[in-house]
Amino acid sequence: MPKIIPVPDELSQPFWDAVNEQRLILQNCTACDKLQYPPQASCQACGSADGLEWTDVEGNGHIAAYIVIEDGRLNRRMLDQPYNLALVTLDQDPTVNFYSNLPGVPAYEVPVGAAVEVTFEEVAPGQLIHEWRVVE
Amino acid sequence: MTSSNDFQWRRDRDGLGVWEHRGKVAVAGYGHSPVDRRWDEKNLDTSLGAYTIMACEKAMEQAGVTIDQVDGIVCCDSHIAGASGGTASQWAPRPYFDPPYDSEYGLTLINAQWLIDTMGFKNVKFAPTGVPTIGEMVGMASQAVGDGVCSTCLVIYPTGNMEGRYRRGGENADDYARGARQWTVPWGNHGGNDFINIFPHRQYLTKYGGEHEDLVHFVRNQHKNGMLTPWGYNATHNVQPISVEDYIGSRPILNPLRIWDCDRPVNASAAYLFTTAERAQDMKSQPVYVLNHSQHNFRFRTTQPDLDEVEMWTDRQAARMYEGAGLGPADVDIFNPYDGYSIMTQFFLEGFQWHGVKRGEALSFYAGDISVKGPHPFSSSGGNLGNGRTRTAMYTDSIEQLRGTAGDRQVNVRAETALCAFTTPSSGGWLMLGKHPS
Ligand SMILES: [Zn+2]
Repeated sequence: MPKIIPVPDELSQPFWDAVNEQRLILQNCTACDKLQYPPQASCQACGSADGLEWTDVEGNGHIAAYIVIEDGRLNRRMLDQPYNLALVTLDQDPTVNFYSNLPGVPAYEVPVGAAVEVTFEEVAPGQLIHEWRVVE
Repeated sequence: MTSSNDFQWRRDRDGLGVWEHRGKVAVAGYGHSPVDRRWDEKNLDTSLGAYTIMACEKAMEQAGVTIDQVDGIVCCDSHIAGASGGTASQWAPRPYFDPPYDSEYGLTLINAQWLIDTMGFKNVKFAPTGVPTIGEMVGMASQAVGDGVCSTCLVIYPTGNMEGRYRRGGENADDYARGARQWTVPWGNHGGNDFINIFPHRQYLTKYGGEHEDLVHFVRNQHKNGMLTPWGYNATHNVQPISVEDYIGSRPILNPLRIWDCDRPVNASAAYLFTTAERAQDMKSQPVYVLNHSQHNFRFRTTQPDLDEVEMWTDRQAARMYEGAGLGPADVDIFNPYDGYSIMTQFFLEGFQWHGVKRGEALSFYAGDISVKGPHPFSSSGGNLGNGRTRTAMYTDSIEQLRGTAGDRQVNVRAETALCAFTTPSSGGWLMLGKHPS
């Protein structure tokens, strides 16, 4: 079954536009030099609204933990069950994390601690999402 | 009506010092409705409205307060079943009934105005709207009474759930992820405290050792305490404590989270009567005193809170509460943290260092004697795992333990202070109660 399709809003439009170009960009606060994801109207760390700029990041991370969704509530994903939901930290700033279904990794067989790299997956015509795959 | 935003009542910052009304506010009564698994959608005597009226009447009766003496009503006016509740949280488009059941109010929602109109309160001067959950409501009422905004205040927490389930339909049936859901739902996280806490819990097991299944000792103890709670779901439906084998063999939800790690949705209501310590002296039942209330609403720094973040949040909650109460971990006799999912309770136990439990020690603490009759009567209420998702057992048990009226649950250790909460690691509130005002 297909994944659920994100709906960009004013704040997130640049992010999803970049994802559709197979690029991962995050907000960076020039006032305190902190990366921020998901995007927000102001910097979570220092409160600055003017200092936020979009910046390309290297799509490298590590798997911090995972669960297996066996009985979730999302209609569109029910036929996928059981499926992995992993927590991926960004190497550039491990306090930034992402979810991943780890395409290609069988349910329950997640190598916690392994390196991953960003990949992109089409969830609707013209709409990609960022995913992560284990680096062999 | 006064909006809750008009009244500065929150104690939600670090370093606020001892609460200015410490010991000057009291709880003088409580009342519970029956706790049903769901509403039969026919019998108006078992509706959320009827159950809420019943809870209010019991709380007033216990305190010996008449309807005309009540001048404050703090009632949670939102659906516990939540925005994803779908048909669990809305009666429409089905036809309504005769008044007072001629709208959602009384069926799926309760607010102060509906209670004023239906029960005939005449002297209510404080009835805020936009009222948060019970974890914060008890603080709101405590501050209102302390500040003199009102003097005899009912706190009412209806936990309506007609279908007895959560998150079916609604936005979870949507093919699109809108708003904040665009960052979680495409990968399968539809939100809730199970998702928030399961990742830190996994990291906890990795960092400190232990197996998820070690939680069975805590879960079983909650079930045992629930069977000793006469009004709760488990006791009234004879839900016997599960065995270790039952637990290990039970259905995974968010593996390793199992069905028995989750509380049971119910349709029920509860009420508490808050008043001044002075007035409470003349009331019918023994008062317990509010020694502090505190709240917190920590923002997630990224997609998913991790163990470090959860430990920092719970450390700060503990520091705020202990500072405001003028007490430390060794002073707390009764400890009733939130347990809606079994996987989050260890964060509170260790953050508040109850009975000296430090980070990483909760699972071995659970494996010891945590029975109500033993030396470490942890969560003597049975919480939500033991009584159903009323989110009020923690408060009622704390009052009863301090009064010495907890019956078969009465602890053998000293019971002069009690700490209770409905809160997640990121948001909610704590309440410290005392048998004595100082
Ligand atoms: Zn900043």
